[in-house]
Amino acid sequence: MRNFLSEKVTSLKPSGIRKFFDIVSEMKDAISLGVGEPDFDTPWHIRDEGIYSLERGRTFYTSNAGLKDLRKEIANYIERTQKISYNPDSEILVTVGGSEAIDIGLRAVINPNDEVIIPQPSYVSYEPCAILADAKPVIINLKAENEFRLKPDELINAITPKTKVLILPYPNNPTGAIMEREDLEVIATIIKEKDILVMSDEIYSALTYKNSHVSIASIDGMKERTILINGFSKAYAMTGWRLGYACAPKEILSQMTKIHQFAIMCAPTTSQYAAISALKNGDSDVEVMRRAYNQRRRFLMNAFEEMGLECFEPYGAFYVFPCIKEFGMTSEEFATKLLMEEKVAVVPGTAFGECGEGYLRISYAYSLENLKIAIERLNRFIQKLRN
Amino acid sequence: MREELLAILEKNSRIDFKELSILLGVEEQAVLKELEALEKEGIICGYHTLINWEKTSIEKVTALIEVKVTPQRGQGFDKIAERIYNYPEVKAVYLISGGYDLLVTLEEKTLKEIAGFVSDKLSTLDSVLSTATHFILKKYKDHGTIINKKSVDEREVITP
Repeated sequence: MRNFLSEKVTSLKPSGIRKFFDIVSEMKDAISLGVGEPDFDTPWHIRDEGIYSLERGRTFYTSNAGLKDLRKEIANYIERTQKISYNPDSEILVTVGGSEAIDIGLRAVINPNDEVIIPQPSYVSYEPCAILADAKPVIINLKAENEFRLKPDELINAITPKTKVLILPYPNNPTGAIMEREDLEVIATIIKEKDILVMSDEIYSALTYKNSHVSIASIDGMKERTILINGFSKAYAMTGWRLGYACAPKEILSQMTKIHQFAIMCAPTTSQYAAISALKNGDSDVEVMRRAYNQRRRFLMNAFEEMGLECFEPYGAFYVFPCIKEFGMTSEEFATKLLMEEKVAVVPGTAFGECGEGYLRISYAYSLENLKIAIERLNRFIQKLRN
Repeated sequence: MREELLAILEKNSRIDFKELSILLGVEEQAVLKELEALEKEGIICGYHTLINWEKTSIEKVTALIEVKVTPQRGQGFDKIAERIYNYPEVKAVYLISGGYDLLVTLEEKTLKEIAGFVSDKLSTLDSVLSTATHFILKKYKDHGTIINKKSVDEREVITP
């Protein structure tokens, strides 16, 4: 029989997380700090709206771009948080999670061999999505000494005449890094000069702990060259609802909508109705969760300081990214040993790019009680290693 | 800091200064000072424990009593409220808008004791016009806490 498989797909590296997942799932009493989704339940009024939509029999497809009312609420939300105006009729597309938006956004703009710049460590799907879209991924290895922010010289060095897209993943998973207005302004200047498109993945935008998040699209002259991606998963604890959105200039958005229309049809209808309530009435819920995350973040930073574990202070998302280079092990060795000896699961930094070597991603989407137990075990583990 | 401090304490009054200072990102001294101020200003009125008595062998009956009263000249409802809340078995007294005036929460060991309180002590007060007693059969949620909530983490153990 012939080999029916696509070479492009078979050559994709399997996710570094998967392998670890298999080990952890077999362990019974392991405490996991390895989860990339909120521990909160979706606020009740949002769930209630979803249930109500089902009761009324709203079980049909919506328009390809998503419910008009939802697109209007998304436009309002971006207007009130970022002061950017998007036209809900032509510049907003409701997608199946932020991840669909990443995929179709790249497919809509890439010609074979275009280069896509991907700063790492970052979310696992940018690189494979770029490859599947026939782009050549160009990786920037971000540095801890810059708090994993993207620096202008790093960007300039990565740009070639073939560069088409820069992926800007802030607030960042796995590092928790943010980009502030001053950081974005210099990046924007280079982007405009070199005529590049930005795909800004802002899925964690509601979860920042210094200043409010700034979108690069809000900088002068950037809206027309940005695909802004956001969603409901992290801010409203709605991961399983699979709902995100993309905002982009209408020329790009209409091409994305074409792919979405043929591949997906529309995002889940129940989720769309629920999401209207999230945007209309969810601000205070987000604030309650943000506060809880911030308390846990401070707790972890303090604990690391007490145990002498090096870690830059992250101001976004719900991850910390401590450095374990002092122990002379790879991230994977460290994480495996920690799991075996103390039954605490964390994700090796290398799951998010080679430059994550020497780091761990620790999620604080867990209750303080849980974090306390896990930290106690981690502390015991590293004291043992040091002796 | 004040609002966040209160929000934490309302959920967990046993938390110590050190942890509060870590969670709030301020010095321990600052927490101490703020707590003293909150107590002095009467904003923090006590540190209580939420107990699910149903799970103990101790018998307790709780009733909510709607009370209609005639307010007294010059003192409004305060005087009559005081006469009621001074009974230790009265756990809460609220002035209510709407169909009646005072809502009284009463806790006793038996139904009979509650009935006795209402007929002997409450109804006989001069300004009390009428009462309606409701017994609590089951507490689902109290002080923002869902009683008997089972929390199981249903998330996949590791996700990107």
